[in-house]
Amino acid sequence: MTYIGKSVKRVEDKRFVTGQGNYTDDIVLPGMTYGYILRSPYAHARIVGIDTAAAAAMPGVVAIFTGKDIASTGIVGVPTGWQVNFRNGDRMKEPPHPLLVADKVRHVGDGVAIVIAESRSQAIDAAEAIEIEYDVLPAVANPAKAAASGAPLVHDDAPGNLAFDWELGNPVAEVDAALAASHHITTLDLVNQRLAPNPMEPRSAIGHYESAYDKYTLYTTSQNPHLTRLLMCAFVLGIPEHKVRVVAPDVGGGFGSKIFHYAEEALVTWCSRQIKRPVKWTSERSEAFISDAHGRDHVTKAQMGFDKDGNVTALKVSTYANLGAYLSTFGPAVPTYLHGTLLQGLYTTPKINVEIFGVFTHTVAVDAYRGAGRPEATYLLERLMDTAALELGRDPADLRRQNFIPAFDGVTQPGYQTQVALQYDSGDYHAVLDRALEMVGYEQFRAEQAEARKHGKLLGIGFSTYIEACGIAPSAVVGALGARAGLYESAQVRVQPTGKVSVYTGSHSHGQGHETTFAQVVADQLGIALEDVEIVHGDSEAVAFGMGTYGSRSLAVGGSAIVKSIEKVLEKGAKIAAHKLESSVEDLEYAGGKWTVKGTDKSIGFGDIALTAYVPHDYPQGLEPGLDFSSFYDPANFTYPFGAHIAIVEVDSDTGKVTLKRFIAVDDVGNVINPMIVEGQIHGGLAQGIGQALLEGVIYDDDAQLLNGSYMDYTMPRADDLPSFEVDRKTTPCPHNPLGVKGAGEAGCIGSTPAVVNAVMDALSPFGIKNLEMPLTPERVWRAMQA
Amino acid sequence: MSIRIHVTVNGKQYASEVDARDLLVYYLRDSLRLTGAHVGCDTSSCGACTVLVDGQAVKSCTMLAAQADGCSVTTVEGLAPDEGLHPIQEGFKEEHGLQCGFCTPGMIMLAADLLQHNPDPSESEIRHALEGNLCRCTGYHNIVRSIQYAANKMRELSKTAAV
Repeated sequence: MTYIGKSVKRVEDKRFVTGQGNYTDDIVLPGMTYGYILRSPYAHARIVGIDTAAAAAMPGVVAIFTGKDIASTGIVGVPTGWQVNFRNGDRMKEPPHPLLVADKVRHVGDGVAIVIAESRSQAIDAAEAIEIEYDVLPAVANPAKAAASGAPLVHDDAPGNLAFDWELGNPVAEVDAALAASHHITTLDLVNQRLAPNPMEPRSAIGHYESAYDKYTLYTTSQNPHLTRLLMCAFVLGIPEHKVRVVAPDVGGGFGSKIFHYAEEALVTWCSRQIKRPVKWTSERSEAFISDAHGRDHVTKAQMGFDKDGNVTALKVSTYANLGAYLSTFGPAVPTYLHGTLLQGLYTTPKINVEIFGVFTHTVAVDAYRGAGRPEATYLLERLMDTAALELGRDPADLRRQNFIPAFDGVTQPGYQTQVALQYDSGDYHAVLDRALEMVGYEQFRAEQAEARKHGKLLGIGFSTYIEACGIAPSAVVGALGARAGLYESAQVRVQPTGKVSVYTGSHSHGQGHETTFAQVVADQLGIALEDVEIVHGDSEAVAFGMGTYGSRSLAVGGSAIVKSIEKVLEKGAKIAAHKLESSVEDLEYAGGKWTVKGTDKSIGFGDIALTAYVPHDYPQGLEPGLDFSSFYDPANFTYPFGAHIAIVEVDSDTGKVTLKRFIAVDDVGNVINPMIVEGQIHGGLAQGIGQALLEGVIYDDDAQLLNGSYMDYTMPRADDLPSFEVDRKTTPCPHNPLGVKGAGEAGCIGSTPAVVNAVMDALSPFGIKNLEMPLTPERVWRAMQA
Repeated sequence: MSIRIHVTVNGKQYASEVDARDLLVYYLRDSLRLTGAHVGCDTSSCGACTVLVDGQAVKSCTMLAAQADGCSVTTVEGLAPDEGLHPIQEGFKEEHGLQCGFCTPGMIMLAADLLQHNPDPSESEIRHALEGNLCRCTGYHNIVRSIQYAANKMRELSKTAAV
């Protein structure tokens, strides 16, 4: 292998380091106008009246549209992509999510009107002149409070604010019995606080209707351009899919928040049709806080039983999951199929029951954010483990090890069937924990910690051993789980006549480096130079179809689709080569970019075969010209990366400030194509997970007003909040995809949060403190120490 | 109200009419079509719009275009000669100091300011200097390495130049 497994420097970097990146807001089209969306300042209010007359007369204003204008055309709103029914079989409550609200706003930031003007500032000025009379109504933001009786209703037809309730695992009576028979039960009430994903590039969308062709182009900050096109055409605007091109050019980070089809995308597309000019909308950061989907927001009660030897006997989980005011694209799937199904963790827990209440609140929609459900599952399991170790007087590493599922490769040994639907593909959980303990110097740390405590210095160590389910496929499984889409991936490998190769992938890169990693795979498999491969993504006109990038799925699913197309290219190439070499396909071998007749020096290169395929003068009879293949890959199973993370913290006993001293991460993401890129993914995930533990949290007050909707108020991790990370890897290949890869995008974010919180609890154990809510700010820690 | 300004950007002189309220970042992006400076926030908190004004790193969303009258501005597009990369740009590529690339121009311009004043910064000095610039992708680990790479390379180059 020339490229696979090597830290090849990224081919996309030159444009980014020289300021040549092409992000949506960088695009300017002839005759382009600027849209500004006027949003509700109230969490819950009836719109009594809107007066746009003064605004319409302002300089530069082209048009103003309100919710009534859109409703009058019959457009209902943006749909959700998953259906999760009630336990009793009743259909999920699925209220409409309008592009602009006509009657009643349901969260701070709900769109009420769009002003379109010749310039951005003219649109903003005019929006300020719109007069809206609101009748303000009571509101609720907390999911447990929203589900309580007497809470204000978000939607009149969703009693108790329930979108659904849902259950998975062993019958609750069996789990209750197992808990009752346990020697010890560890119980925790946990809040997995709401987070704002905050990719550095705010969302932006340009709608461009061209009447000459009766055709639309939407440029958008999307992780998922084809699905956006499908949802917008078929379910929102009712326009033919072949008349719409969706382009997601360079996208400045997503972390889940740009998977979804947003109202603004359909809105600018619709507006462009009305005014017959391009319409650009770019979110301001404070607007992003009230209009981008948020993540997490679970209120959970969890119980884990143990026998007298420390073996886990049962797990029971009950969670109120905040869905926000409307169901976003993946919203219903996150707390259920991406959370409940992960509660086996790495442990042999024989009985598991989980129930989830999906709750509407007067807040912006909640959906996938890096890890999406799996961080919430890992947080509750790993907090239970460290708490149980403390309660049982056991070493937390040792207690985990005792309960680990034994190693299995998924080839000679079967996959591991969990109690919560999934079957793990392969894993060696002892290996990652052992390596992490070796890196941290565990024995030595415990000695240092004991010595430090004598001098009043609060050092703590925390563990987290996690598993995740990646790929978000196969289609049959996700279909059975309520997905309304298939979840495969497509790839086209087009060999040009000169032997250069263009690859069209339905995956989308918004920082992951596909243009490099995918090219490494293609170059190695074809035995050609990396420079001779180009990866094209993010344009529905170029790429046949795609399901986009999320759930650490790009290489495992999208990469596998590329491999399938390469196999077809080589199969056809061999037929042409056999003809040219006057041999048979069976007698040829392909290596180093050429076909050779086995045992001879007769060979022909890939470039010659490519040219022959397009200039088929001397050519196999009956074979079509050309060398260009498409494939769709629908995997056999999810992939299951796992790892062990260890945090070491020091708590300042005077101020409560937590300093993260070291962070060790040993991850097993299967085979690795580019170690540099994988490590970068881990680093970024760690920072976000650590951010949740120590710094971040979206705060709504009791009236569902957002209190920290800007970077002045929402604490993003900064460079001096973090140490350099100590990372290593183990490799257990995925047994069911051709590259043996599992996915690395979310691992860091899933494992790190509980490790940090556990470390702080360990540091605070002399105070008898067992559980604090995140983020562990100095104030929160200091108050706990004073109590 | 419209104001006439004379400003040098990446060595080129411009005479422009700007609105009194126009921020420097929008002048660079919209009028000069230099879209390397990005707008990542509305509170001067993220640093994605950082450029050099008379050699000093400035968040170009914090300054009016009118205030740049008579100034010399360097953006990420003007940091290196044509085709080549500045050692800082090279450092970000070599050490994988970027993923989505959105914060990168600001990080690079901030590093240019830092390394002028401190050619051999420690890790903690780099992390302190980066406090005003947000990155959501890298966890900063490789940004620190990128700036260390650039510092080493620039010191070597200046030694060579001195000889």
